[in-house]
Amino acid sequence: MSKLSRRKLLTAGLAAAGVPGLGVAARLVNRYGLIPPDHGGLYGPGQTLTYASQRLLTGNALAREFSPRDISTPCVNGTPPKSEDFQRLQAGGFAEWRIQLDGMVSRPGPYLLSEIKKFPARSQITHLACEEGWSFIAEWTGLPLAHLLEAAGTLPQAKYVVYFTMDPDDPSWLESIDMNEALHPQTLLTYGMNGAELPVPHGGPVRLRVPRQLGYKSTKWLTRLTVTDTLKGFGVGRNAEDGFQWYAGI
Amino acid sequence: MSDSAPAQLTIARMGTLRLRHTPLVRVTHWIATACFLALLVSGTEIVISHPRFYWGEAGNVMTPPLFSLPIPASRSRVNTGYGFVLADQNGWSRSLHFQTAWLLLFTGVLYTAAGFLNRHFRDNLLPALADLRPQAFGNVVAQHLKFRRPAESGSYNVLQRVTYLVVLFLLFPLMVWTGLAMSPAITSAWPAIVTVLGGHQSARTLHFFVTIALVLFVLVHLAMVIRAGFKDRTRAMITGRVMLGGI
Repeated sequence: MSKLSRRKLLTAGLAAAGVPGLGVAARLVNRYGLIPPDHGGLYGPGQTLTYASQRLLTGNALAREFSPRDISTPCVNGTPPKSEDFQRLQAGGFAEWRIQLDGMVSRPGPYLLSEIKKFPARSQITHLACEEGWSFIAEWTGLPLAHLLEAAGTLPQAKYVVYFTMDPDDPSWLESIDMNEALHPQTLLTYGMNGAELPVPHGGPVRLRVPRQLGYKSTKWLTRLTVTDTLKGFGVGRNAEDGFQWYAGI
Repeated sequence: MSDSAPAQLTIARMGTLRLRHTPLVRVTHWIATACFLALLVSGTEIVISHPRFYWGEAGNVMTPPLFSLPIPASRSRVNTGYGFVLADQNGWSRSLHFQTAWLLLFTGVLYTAAGFLNRHFRDNLLPALADLRPQAFGNVVAQHLKFRRPAESGSYNVLQRVTYLVVLFLLFPLMVWTGLAMSPAITSAWPAIVTVLGGHQSARTLHFFVTIALVLFVLVHLAMVIRAGFKDRTRAMITGRVMLGGI
């Protein structure tokens, strides 16, 4: 009995310290938003470790910016939409291109491209890396998403921005980012590239550029932004469903 | 009783049973083995989506490569000349790659911390100065070149010690470094980790070169294990025990 008591005491002590410890850790992790939406499943631990550590370590740091002489030969990925809607909008110089903003904002509504261009623009020369391994550097010009969200009055409980596209391959295509990324000054509703209009193969008229994450989060032919506190009903998007990381800061 | 008597006889005939590897070394060795395999398979899968390598910050099919691997690709963008595209397995491969990297990192930290604390590095891996003298070093190299069958000495020779130290304290950290240097989030906070390597594409190319070095290490390691007695060496790394001074 006396032999066992020390071990019992030790075990009980560890458990007593461990259970509230875990509780505190879980509360902290939730409070700082350190759990990604793809935290379940076989690779959930890896996705969570990467997301939590990079959110804690990188904060609001700015993605590397380059000088004009670093701009490199770009590479086009995918094919532009061929739908009649897109052709009609393109023929009209995208004057009628609208981006629908809805969800947890005080002033939802469609924004014409011309209205988006009236906001002060930001230009930045950043690197775009595809998960395949290739990359290029270009100058991107657009409206920081944070400014649009501020103008529309984002509600405090917002946690994600879900974004939609006119992608021809999959009309149900969507992606999402957390508010940290959505409010980051370099996350741009991009309409210009290398001093010209954003070319259609590169996502013109509007592409969401997320320079702190891999290229597959920079959705082309942007049509709609939804601010939400949950991804329920939207899902994590095809990329994450296909096994890719929802958070692509790698 | 009846079981242990013959066993003791066997031990007496063969020599003394001695602890060769500590439990921590054995457990971390096999976790690292599984991690290496998972990282190699998933890393290969990632590479075949774009089997071209570049130097500097940027590179793609519109720019000249530093070199290309003569293999087909799993994405149609790269013109490999093969006329067919392999199955695309990038999704789970990437998730497996990153999750395994975490597991190997934790394993490596545990092993390294223990190795310093219990003097494993100082006693078993740090070569003696005398062994590093050209003549002594040359002798060990000569022994290997003559393909002498290595005997169980209960310790590592100078070539093993130097090789293990290079793998542990040069190649492994380089792998972590070049991997992190490809992360746009990490380099936003610490741009120097990628700029000192020459850029994002240089980091990717170096990650590949270090992989080649590690694969070569594993091949030589396996060859030496087979040469020294595959069953004995593998048993030693599982049970921790070897026979010393046997017949």
